[in-house]
Amino acid sequence: MERKAIDPSQVKGWGVDADPKNDPTYPMKNRNDGEHAGYSWERPPQQPITVEVLHSNERPDVTSVFGTSTPPLGLSGALRRLGFRYSESSYGHWLPLVLADRVSVAEGVLEDLKQGQVPNVFAERGWKAEWEHNRTSLVRRVLVRAVLVSAAVAYLRRRRGGS
Amino acid sequence: MLAMNYRGPLRVRIDHKPEPEILHPQDAIVRVTRSCICGSDLHLYNGSVPDTRVGMTFGHEFTGVVEQIGEQVEKLKVGDHILVPFNIACGTCVFCQQEMYGNCHESNPQASAVGGIFGYSHTAGGYDGGQAEYARVPYADVSPTVIPEGMDLDDAVLLTDVVPTGYQAAEMGGIQPGDTVVVFGAGPVGIMAARCAWLFGAGRVIVIDCVDYRLEFARKYAPCEAYDFRSLEDPVLFIKRTTDFLGADVCIDAVGAEAAGSALQTVLGRKLLMQGGAATALHWAINSVKKGGIVSIVAVYGPIDALVPVGNVVNKGLTIRANQASVKRLLPRLIEHVQNGILDPKAMITHRVPLEDVSDAYRIFSAKLDECIKPVLIPPSART
Ligand SMILES: NC(=O)c1ccc[n+]([C@@H]2O[C@H](COP(=O)([O-])OP(=O)(O)OC[C@H]3O[C@@H](n4cnc5c(N)ncnc54)[C@H](O)[C@@H]3O)[C@@H](O)[C@H]2O)c1
Ligand SMILES: [Zn+2]
Ligand SMILES: [Zn+2]
Repeated sequence: MERKAIDPSQVKGWGVDADPKNDPTYPMKNRNDGEHAGYSWERPPQQPITVEVLHSNERPDVTSVFGTSTPPLGLSGALRRLGFRYSESSYGHWLPLVLADRVSVAEGVLEDLKQGQVPNVFAERGWKAEWEHNRTSLVRRVLVRAVLVSAAVAYLRRRRGGS
Repeated sequence: MLAMNYRGPLRVRIDHKPEPEILHPQDAIVRVTRSCICGSDLHLYNGSVPDTRVGMTFGHEFTGVVEQIGEQVEKLKVGDHILVPFNIACGTCVFCQQEMYGNCHESNPQASAVGGIFGYSHTAGGYDGGQAEYARVPYADVSPTVIPEGMDLDDAVLLTDVVPTGYQAAEMGGIQPGDTVVVFGAGPVGIMAARCAWLFGAGRVIVIDCVDYRLEFARKYAPCEAYDFRSLEDPVLFIKRTTDFLGADVCIDAVGAEAAGSALQTVLGRKLLMQGGAATALHWAINSVKKGGIVSIVAVYGPIDALVPVGNVVNKGLTIRANQASVKRLLPRLIEHVQNGILDPKAMITHRVPLEDVSDAYRIFSAKLDECIKPVLIPPSART
């Protein structure tokens, strides 16, 4: 492949932030001798804990502020509580959370149905955009799936008919 | 209010949700005016970040007008139009005091390894984000910044993440004048990293991706050499050959968990979720850099282990530098660069989409349709 040379000095702003001292451990952290003071800073006021907040067991308590989105609920919530019994260093922490995420998708569908709403999965997946910008690929995928499904149905019917 | 609502992998929609309230004396509530979708959101969208709960609103790159403030907010006032850095930072913990605003210890109860981030799963604090009409902004006096007069909103919204992240990627590379810098990934972050590599004095900048229109965009915007890894039989070997068989001085990973290019990594990291994502680009970065070189990682991976050639890190004597961008630390310099015309972030925005069409916007960005580089969502109140 041919190398297209670019003359750096022609690039707008070239070298304006060059810093020879940044090699290679320029302090990303601005050292302030606070390294060894421990958990001693004056903490901001505590946000009232009005929802269930799971906190990592690598911390003593809940942080001064936190998000209140979607507190743990149902089976996925139980799995999440289980995960938080283990440290962030353990698969025991992450695997229940991954599983809980999958369970909560099913819980989400149930919740929609309970509210009388059938989720429009096609719209949620942005099929309108696919139809506008990627039509041939979309049609091909739909056809391939349709062929696979009808083949599977035909096969199962035959087996059932035969036995 | 209208808000994006995550329903499961690849499923997002717009819904009505209650408006956020002040929950802490240092909170502000903003009416959102611009809100981007980021490559980081794609990790959530694909279901690869643990503890991403159905019902959450994403969005960590937004601007907005202050509607309400808590009783301890002193610098901001109602009516201010602000840009909101993606990190939630208290300003008082030891890490914030050291300007590590991406590593605040008082904003994320769920994980000690990362600070709070708006709309970024419970692993980053469980905050509903800015892809909505309104958002709650904690520690409003610390990171949020009044948009300088005359600055375009599209530039302002990119200063909340993409610009500082690309800039920090180059900064962490410790680039010395004349260095050859290779950036993996020609998404908005990679493109900005390539652009900024020049600011630190790079002598040669190479971008690697597999999406033609993005390579083309990078070539002009950065400007740089840009290559499609699918047409290179082995990207590492290509970089070795083009650098006298020594390797690049600096390699930047701006791809992350969704990387393509290795069947093994894809199966383990993206299909089975047994890794914190596919570490293909990081693997290439480690193997393409010169002995004693620097690998700078801004790409995001899940919290579980990922396969990388650690033996080579040792044998080659590499320095690895990585972090979430410390947006507040970098803002003064970057605002200057935008105002002086050195950086032109808004040229990266290819799609301006009504908030209501969030499902399509995610699809377009994620599937790289319609030559999308960066989409921004615009709520109804900001469209008049
Ligand atoms: N550290 C931070 O503070 C921070 C902030 C913002 C974004 N990020 C991360 O930066 C990364 C990039 O973000 P973005 O918005 O540009 O995302 P993006 O998804 O738009 O871009 C990623 C690009 O990588 C390309 N790619 C895939 N596999 C590749 C490979 N093996 N080699 C080279 N390129 C490959 C894709 O084609 C795509 O163009 C993401 O991981 C994101 O989470 C980090
Ligand atoms: Zn982002
Ligand atoms: Zn802090």
